[in-house]
Amino acid sequence: MGNLLEQHNSLQARRQFLKTSGMGLGVTALASLLPQNSTARAAEHFAARAKHVIFLFMAGAPSQLDLFDYKPRLGKLFKQPLPESVSMGQRVTAMTRGKTQLVAPSMFKFRRRGQNGIWMCELLPHLSQVADDLCIINSLNTNAINHDPAKTFLCTGSEIPGNASMGAWLSYGLGSINRNLPDFVVLTSAYWTGGTRNVQGLYSRLWGSGFLPSQHQGAAFQVAGDPVLFLSNPSGIDTEVRRRMLDSLGRLNQKHFAEIGDPEIQATIAQQEMAFRMQASVPELTHISGEPEHILDLYGAEVHKNGSFARNCLLARRMVERGVRFIQIFHRGWDHHTILPKQLPGQCFDIDQPSAALIRDLKQRGLLEDTVIVLAGEFGRTVYCQGTLERNNYGRDHHPRCFSGWAAGGGIRGGLMYGETDDFSYNVVKDPVAVRDLHATILHQLGIDHEKLSFPFQGLNQRLTGVEPAHIIDGICV
Amino acid sequence: MNLILTTTGLFAVTCSCMAGQKVSFNRDVRPLLSDRCFQCHGPNEHDRQAELRLDRSDGPDGAYRKHNELPAIQPGSAAGSAVWQRITSEDEDMVMPPSDASKQPLSGEEKDTIRRWIEQGGVYEDFWAFVAPRTPFLPDIEDERWNRQPIDRLVMRRLQDDGLTPKPRADQRTLIRRLSLDLTGLPPSRDDIRRFLADTEPDAWERTVERMMRRQEYGEHMTKYWLDLVRFADTNGIHHDHYREMTPYRDWVIRSLNDNLPYNQFVAWQVAGDLYPNATRDQLIASGFNRLHLIIDRGTALPEESFTRNVVDRVTAVGTAFLGLTVQCAVCHDHKYDPVTMKNFYQLFAFFNNLDAAPETGSGSGTDFKRGLQPPYVRLSTKAQEIQLAEFDRKITDVKVHIEQIAKRSSDEQPPHKTHQELEQTLKDIRAEKQKLEATVPVAMVMKERPDPRPAHILVRGQYDKPGQQVGRNTPGFLPPMQPEGKLATRRDLAEWFISPEHPLTARVAVNRFWQQLFGVGIVKTAEDFGAQGDWPSHPELLDYLAVSFMKSGWDIKALMKQIVLSETYCQTSKATATEFKADPDNRLLARGSRYRLDSEVIRDQILATSGLLNRELFGKSVKPPQPAGLWKSISLPSSYPQIYKADTGDNIYRRSVYTFWKRGMPPPQMTIFNAPSREACIARRERTNTPLQALLMMNELEFFKAARHLAHRTISDRSLSPEDHVAVVYETITSQLPNAGESEEFLAMLDQLQAMYKDKPRLAEQLCEGIAPHADISMSELAAWTMLVSTIYNLDITKTRS
Repeated sequence: MGNLLEQHNSLQARRQFLKTSGMGLGVTALASLLPQNSTARAAEHFAARAKHVIFLFMAGAPSQLDLFDYKPRLGKLFKQPLPESVSMGQRVTAMTRGKTQLVAPSMFKFRRRGQNGIWMCELLPHLSQVADDLCIINSLNTNAINHDPAKTFLCTGSEIPGNASMGAWLSYGLGSINRNLPDFVVLTSAYWTGGTRNVQGLYSRLWGSGFLPSQHQGAAFQVAGDPVLFLSNPSGIDTEVRRRMLDSLGRLNQKHFAEIGDPEIQATIAQQEMAFRMQASVPELTHISGEPEHILDLYGAEVHKNGSFARNCLLARRMVERGVRFIQIFHRGWDHHTILPKQLPGQCFDIDQPSAALIRDLKQRGLLEDTVIVLAGEFGRTVYCQGTLERNNYGRDHHPRCFSGWAAGGGIRGGLMYGETDDFSYNVVKDPVAVRDLHATILHQLGIDHEKLSFPFQGLNQRLTGVEPAHIIDGICV
Repeated sequence: MNLILTTTGLFAVTCSCMAGQKVSFNRDVRPLLSDRCFQCHGPNEHDRQAELRLDRSDGPDGAYRKHNELPAIQPGSAAGSAVWQRITSEDEDMVMPPSDASKQPLSGEEKDTIRRWIEQGGVYEDFWAFVAPRTPFLPDIEDERWNRQPIDRLVMRRLQDDGLTPKPRADQRTLIRRLSLDLTGLPPSRDDIRRFLADTEPDAWERTVERMMRRQEYGEHMTKYWLDLVRFADTNGIHHDHYREMTPYRDWVIRSLNDNLPYNQFVAWQVAGDLYPNATRDQLIASGFNRLHLIIDRGTALPEESFTRNVVDRVTAVGTAFLGLTVQCAVCHDHKYDPVTMKNFYQLFAFFNNLDAAPETGSGSGTDFKRGLQPPYVRLSTKAQEIQLAEFDRKITDVKVHIEQIAKRSSDEQPPHKTHQELEQTLKDIRAEKQKLEATVPVAMVMKERPDPRPAHILVRGQYDKPGQQVGRNTPGFLPPMQPEGKLATRRDLAEWFISPEHPLTARVAVNRFWQQLFGVGIVKTAEDFGAQGDWPSHPELLDYLAVSFMKSGWDIKALMKQIVLSETYCQTSKATATEFKADPDNRLLARGSRYRLDSEVIRDQILATSGLLNRELFGKSVKPPQPAGLWKSISLPSSYPQIYKADTGDNIYRRSVYTFWKRGMPPPQMTIFNAPSREACIARRERTNTPLQALLMMNELEFFKAARHLAHRTISDRSLSPEDHVAVVYETITSQLPNAGESEEFLAMLDQLQAMYKDKPRLAEQLCEGIAPHADISMSELAAWTMLVSTIYNLDITKTRS
């Protein structure tokens, strides 16, 4: 059947080519067109430095001020109005419009960690121990100020629904490096220790294929029931029965192919066989009983809970081992408009140890160099307070002009703090990194030129990075 | 394993422009210029380089203009044309398109096309889609059968040009199945098949077509396509993604298509039904088209931003659905390929910015919120309900008067008949009862103008808070002018403009989609884009013929559908050689019958119908058939309404898929896995992929599997029939075909082996039969084996395919 699948794939590739070139008819052989096609070698533009991406999406937008962008001088400005020379009439949300903007310094302590002495927050003790692998970026910035458009922007490069997501682009541009699993897997956390009041919504468009063919969309693994939808046989069917059924099914389909001639029938046969293989390969992936105790301990006790961020990090490592190209883990609950100091520690507890473990675990297996790990939310949070303001009780509204995240592995420089903001963590003052720059850099690490990876739709050559110029962040690449 | 290559290439749809043949500017040259040149030398003034535009010949920037004595295009002389010099230049700084422009270089063949076009006179033609369609010359075809109607004559001419011959007519069973699936979205029943096979009159096909079109299922099926186009859904689609109740609109579409409401009215009512004098209830419901956009709930975004977003969404929908143009490209800048300026866009915007409603929905509480409603709306009460409601109002007034009287008399000595408290309670009770009744009355959200038009401005770079020049309502200048009734143009005027016979796009765009519905791909493949970057039509004359005759027929949709399915083109067999499939994978030339995978709704409905479970009830609130647990919960906000998917019970889970509840943030997986769009944007055509997730869905979806078991049980309960007969019944029920000897043999062998397996594993058979009580003389192993057999037939490629 492997042969059939290859036939199918080459057919799909060909159909795809015909589709994308807007050419339906009177085609000469594909081969004769290829050499003219300068953009066809998208994947060869650079030598790839990595093969996989794990994107840890902190949905709801964690506070950069309390986690990464250390501003020691703010303490003295407690409850002082934010100078207008800083805010410059910048637009706000409906939640804090017309309110006085009073400075809320972070109550959390920072220390220099690692050989390069990068500033790490006390809420992230495990990540602090791998500080030399982390590249903290404090100059991220985005266009959108509300969750839904901002998440859509970070995941698809556009605030308007309908564009292809990052993982879909990679699947489309690079193709698969495994036979039995999807190229792009999405994992969502089912637990948020910071409480449910700050949990924001997700939308399947965030991992959708948009205008790209839908086989490139992310496969969202489910916490309850089948990890892949409809994976298990209904009760009353075991492997032997299924195999027997597929044998007849394959023979009948093959017979119909002989009569009808449509190669699409062969594709169906191939996909039914792939489905059968997935019924074995997916449980093999998601069952962690073979993991030794010391590995489970590395990720922390939460790893024993199906659907925890810790479990998802462990699964991400297993997926990298098995050739999944892009893994996106969503962790929600970061939308701390009020009582931030009470709720942030729980959120950090969820992600700190597991994400540090992911770095260590990949590293000890020699896979970190092949894998870009990125952690980021959709925007940052304001230096001014929303709601009650006390030294140890405050909240923060949405802030698009700067936010922080980190990257590790896959040709990214560790032990680095990149980009700077002003004293209020309000405006970027050095080395700005727009969302499209982050996208361009991730693609770059995988060997793709973001200007060349395009797909014609609605008359335009659509790109992940859109029409504005995007820059590869050379400063963070090895 | 699967390296898919990207390309920016855009080739002419045909290779008929071989050396020596006449080059067509529109077909052969414009697509090349548009793709490689227009970005810098096109309609967008802002980006224009070297004061040169190649999308037109005249004017100071036009292609014939001279620069340093050298015209860009010198008709008749390639050597004397700057364009030719530049595209063939070997100097890296001179060559066009520039090597750093991320544009694909022109191939040798493409350059040659341009050269020959210039040498043949370099004549520009108006862009085909912006010129009103005319009835084309209809060639005579020698084959009498193919000379009977214009569709066949035009298709055959093109086949002959390409040296191809059509395929013979498909067999009767294939034809009735194809017709039934295409017109009703359901396979024919075994009775339908019998009846058709027995009918040997010459007009049998025509009468069958008419019978299918009279079925209510016709309207339901046609509606499915429309709902993609207008992004109909049951939730807001942004932020909380709350419930939004638009089902009266969906039901109106079904009724209108069944009643064959002329397409021009169908369009005009949706754009402006609310502006008709004494607008009927249907016209008002139809205007709900303008309320189908995504909408955010209050409290997070700024209302003025949401307002702009909503209006842009409305205009985009009109652009895609009726104009077949990507007008939304001009939100931030002039369109780079089509002559749509920003001003044009905001002039259209001015028709849609005057809705008398809040730009954001409520959140959290209130009767309207719970019912998914937001004013303005109309109650669709029956006469009886209206009388009842009036009665409640009368009672409420009475009690209020009574209360006032008591209040006045309060100083009196006389104790009142009823205490104030009692009366307040009575009032509360009546109001509660009234509310209860009101809750049962369907409500349709509609369009409604504010008394004073809002001014509209060009928004600088599309930003809601950067208004520029103020603009009035108008239509783009490259299309025929609008004829407003009064001084101020209205949406009604715009609606009339869309459907005026001079409009070059409305009818073409519509007939192309109906064609696409019946052949799997449109005459213009890019059904959503008829602009310069869209695909050149495979059969331009046919498209024009269909558009003109559609308008002449009074925009009669059923007549159009009927004419197409009566054609020989439509009735060809789809069997072909692998080489033929490979030569024309999408069957653009129509040298055979089209063969393509059914849409998600049809796949599910077919299983329900053939198993005997389908609930054919029409209309009403959306329903929730079972889906895997936790899908909504894994993504929704804790305060989303609703947050958890609660499946319906009883017969509601067997309604047709057009009634399935559609949450934009997480649409039903049974639909999206088979390429249904999320309904967040207007989609004029679905793609079709073939994936392992689809195979898993077909094998393992529990309702699909239960349906297989239901059909198995129903079939073998008739003990008077042999297993061979049972196989034939099931096979015919599902595929409309009878199994041949080889197939029967395969099934019977499978049955024997499976039954043996299940006999050996009685526990497994028991599990399979859980929840069903097999007839006394049917063993569990027998039912289990038959269930697997039926499931196998449901999983055949031919079952999920229309051929």
